[in-house]
Amino acid sequence: MSKTHHKSLGLTNDDVIEMYKTMLLARKVDERMWLLNRAGKIPFVISCQGQEAAQVGAAFALDRKHDYVAPYYRDLGVVLAFGMTATDLMLAAFAKAEDPNSGGRQMPSHFGQKKNRILTGSSPVATQVPHAVGVALAAKMESKDFVSFVTLGEGSSNQGDFHEGLNFAGVHKLPVITMVENNGYAISVPLEKQLACKSVADRGIGYGMPGISVDGHDPLAVYEVVKEARERAISGEGPTLIEALTTRFTAHSSDDDDRQYRDLTELEKAKQRDPIITFANYLKNEEVLTEEELNKIESEINDEVNKATDYAENAPFADPDHALKYVYEE
Amino acid sequence: MTVMTYIQAVTTALKEEMIRDENVFILGEDVGKKGGVFKATEGLYEQFGEYRVLDTPLSESAIAGVGIGAAMYGKRPVAEMQFADFIMPAVNQIISEAARIRYRSNNDWSCPITIRAPYGGGIHGGLYHSQSVEAIFANQPGLKIVMPSTPYDVKGLLKAAIRDNDPVLFFEHKRAYRLLKEEVPKEDYVLPIGKADIKREGSDVTVITYGLCVHFALQAAEKLQAEGIDTHILDLRTVYPLDKEAIIEAAKKTGKVLLVTEDNLEGSIISEVSAIIAENCLFDLDAPIKRLAGPDVPAMPYAQPMEQFFVIDEDKIEAAIRDLAEF
Amino acid sequence: MAIKEITMPKLGESVTEGTINTWLVQVGDHVNKYDPIAEVMTDKVNAEVPSSFTGTIKQLIANEGDTLKVGELICTIEVIDSEEMVADTKLADTKEETLTNNKSQSGQSMKKRYSPAVLRLAQEHNIDLLQVEGSGRGGRITRKDIERIIASGKITQTTDSKRTQHVVEETKAISAIEKPTPSSLPDAQLGDKEIPVTGVRKVIADNMVRSKTEIPHAWMTVEVDVTDLVNYRNEVKESFKEKEGFNLTYFAFFVKAVAQALKEFPQINSMWAGDKIIQKKDINLSIAVAKDNELFVPVIKHADDKSVKGIAKSIYELATKARTGKLTPDDMQGGTFTVNNTGSFGSVQSMGVINHPQAAILQVESIVERPVVVDGMIAVRHMVNLCLSLDHRILDGLVCGQFLARIKEILENMNKDTISIY
Repeated sequence: MSKTHHKSLGLTNDDVIEMYKTMLLARKVDERMWLLNRAGKIPFVISCQGQEAAQVGAAFALDRKHDYVAPYYRDLGVVLAFGMTATDLMLAAFAKAEDPNSGGRQMPSHFGQKKNRILTGSSPVATQVPHAVGVALAAKMESKDFVSFVTLGEGSSNQGDFHEGLNFAGVHKLPVITMVENNGYAISVPLEKQLACKSVADRGIGYGMPGISVDGHDPLAVYEVVKEARERAISGEGPTLIEALTTRFTAHSSDDDDRQYRDLTELEKAKQRDPIITFANYLKNEEVLTEEELNKIESEINDEVNKATDYAENAPFADPDHALKYVYEE
Repeated sequence: MTVMTYIQAVTTALKEEMIRDENVFILGEDVGKKGGVFKATEGLYEQFGEYRVLDTPLSESAIAGVGIGAAMYGKRPVAEMQFADFIMPAVNQIISEAARIRYRSNNDWSCPITIRAPYGGGIHGGLYHSQSVEAIFANQPGLKIVMPSTPYDVKGLLKAAIRDNDPVLFFEHKRAYRLLKEEVPKEDYVLPIGKADIKREGSDVTVITYGLCVHFALQAAEKLQAEGIDTHILDLRTVYPLDKEAIIEAAKKTGKVLLVTEDNLEGSIISEVSAIIAENCLFDLDAPIKRLAGPDVPAMPYAQPMEQFFVIDEDKIEAAIRDLAEF
Repeated sequence: MAIKEITMPKLGESVTEGTINTWLVQVGDHVNKYDPIAEVMTDKVNAEVPSSFTGTIKQLIANEGDTLKVGELICTIEVIDSEEMVADTKLADTKEETLTNNKSQSGQSMKKRYSPAVLRLAQEHNIDLLQVEGSGRGGRITRKDIERIIASGKITQTTDSKRTQHVVEETKAISAIEKPTPSSLPDAQLGDKEIPVTGVRKVIADNMVRSKTEIPHAWMTVEVDVTDLVNYRNEVKESFKEKEGFNLTYFAFFVKAVAQALKEFPQINSMWAGDKIIQKKDINLSIAVAKDNELFVPVIKHADDKSVKGIAKSIYELATKARTGKLTPDDMQGGTFTVNNTGSFGSVQSMGVINHPQAAILQVESIVERPVVVDGMIAVRHMVNLCLSLDHRILDGLVCGQFLARIKEILENMNKDTISIY
């Protein structure tokens, strides 16, 4: 799979094992949420499946102790890499009081957790782009060595806030990395009906920043470009736009049936490049992990997801009148 | 004490807050070298430098959105919309984002941003340089909307807005900028957001209003005093969320209530004030609640006679007070 | 061992039902938690529904092809493992707030707080508010309190002026219905007299409550100049009495006019029947007859077929029967509209309670001499108010206005040249 060896990127075996575990955990949590939805236990799911490599590869290239992220709704991989747990995500799925994202106020996958510097997000798309630019502006004003990292889908790259945010960042050379996870579909509308230019990366030049396309199925390739973007940002060279070419393995959400608009043979083909499988094979081929070790990891992660599900399912909801709290500072 | 215009009070409050707290910074169009199209930020670029008085691209959603991001980080941005009329591209950022950040994160995040914008007409600004936009934001819990009526209030309320830990929209009447002057204390003071202020005590008719209309109401009240009509004037100061107690008290004081805004009538701030009075003051009212507002046309026309027809002035308020007094 | 239920899940926002496409399990199959058990089709998605439990399929409740509402049982599973007996998550303890029962507060703090509506009604009807018991919170007198007093006719007047007595009399005698529980009941004080509510009084009370709570009443009044009618009737009343042996009352003329107008406005001659309105073919007019503290509403059948004399005769016979206790159930059945002779008590205005399930009631008030402007000159004329109460579910102002105008027209044109008593 990978053209680049992890060691040439400065990654240790432990690093790549950690990356693999994060990707697999994202996948397993996601799959569980679909089952819970189909069993009628949670009202809604929106997935990361197929995009874990881009998310985890990018997150591992950041400083996960200092950088800020403004993720979009598919970024299970990003938030897990930034310190959120499977239990946190399950609590959000069940909308329980302990959900650190919103205490059950928002639909699942509307991430946010201050202690891990995950900016709170909303449903209107691309609004998070100017927020990340604002955090980068603060970094520049305070001459601090952190960057902000913002993600969105390729459909959302048509929103005004994407263009206004990138232009602002470009003008002021701010340390922000924008990664568009291009999975080819904005719900049902394919790329060619969304963009007039060939690739999302082409949009970078308009805002005075490099635009780079990268294979989003390869965590190491994504890691490499985000790492470079971060170095540019920290050294004052300004923002970077990255387009990670990915595949959405599921329907848009639990409320969508993609068989109406999508060629399933194309999807089956893409699944042969499932990043979970190809990265596992890479780790085996490079003798980082054995088959037994991979099996052990999978079984540990299954346990973790089971525990997280049980915990969240049994956790209490917030009191109904908690709905009245925190409109303003109290 | 020093005599100050309304806009000088704006500049003074900004400057003092920027000295007091280095997290305070200004961003907006033409706010830097030019000092703002109305000169509200004059001299601040020279004093505080480019990154604390930041000229942004002509891009209102980014001005709001970047400010929101910086506020979430911990800065105290004061974003300027050049005209309240041009706030529309930023409405999604203000309503979907700023207003909901604390609530949607269950108190984890907050958004201490102040968004300043000059509003109001009577300055030959036509449809897009004269509007009152407060009603658009006045059913968005999470936001606070402050609309000061005097230089003294501007200084104390703008300082309070900047120090507030939630998003505040601060609408300044552009006609008041150089029209209104008064003595303003040199020392640091803040006025409470969410509290209305009695601008004149009276016993015959209560006028409840805000912004520049307070000034016209005071003038009308002086004239009517000669006729023996004693007018009580409550300045809302904060138009969202409203100071219900003060409204109820002022309405009960005389039992005859005139509500004034220069915004269009239907669905305006005073519609809500009227509802509060209707709900709480049934046994104290001595006349139907009366509302004086702009007509329900999209906005103020440019031509002088039509503009004059639209705007609220001293004479219109005077006639309305007299009408109620005679009821 | 325990039996667990699996219900139709809600597969998507706004989805309310799902169709079992295929069962993927059979009775007796062992399934693990999250194993797929059925393919379900909805408007938005097709999906495999997983089991929520580990166990053995006990029963498939729904058949393939069945469409079930979200939450309906689709199958049951026998669960062996006790750790699957996870208690359903409940809301975190919600504090049961005790609602303060304002009605039970005995204070009278609101007794003298009069709303503009109460003050207006009190003024218009000359009611002394100090004498009125308020049913609202804190003893406040409500608009309904005043309306009730007006309807009852028991008005404690302000002492400073003496006006025409306003009295309204209402009568019903239909089967008793379930009585709504009053929200607060007064206690008798020392010296008060307590009268048990039984028999006819109780039936009347129940019917009134039913009419007033079920029927949305609206009211309308017209003023009719009956000077010509009065002159004519004065002319003939002696000879009529002599010839026929009973009185020719004004009421007979009014009933005649109403019957004639009803024929032209069948909408008024209607009944509310829940999901439909029934327009009655026959015009059977209920009239109110009082006897001591009992009230009866006998019916003049086919009033539109009768002459003034025929009507006068029916009224006479029914009234006599009522006073002597000889009314039969048949006499009281089949009424389609009520005409109420409130004028006989001296009333000049009243708001009648509709005789359920009829659509309207007309109060014929007393004929009084009043100065009236006729052709620019003040003249003394015999005037009468006709007050109509209408069921606003069935009728609207327009048709009732036309109906009243028609009655007015008929009555104002009644004179010796036009009336035929026989």
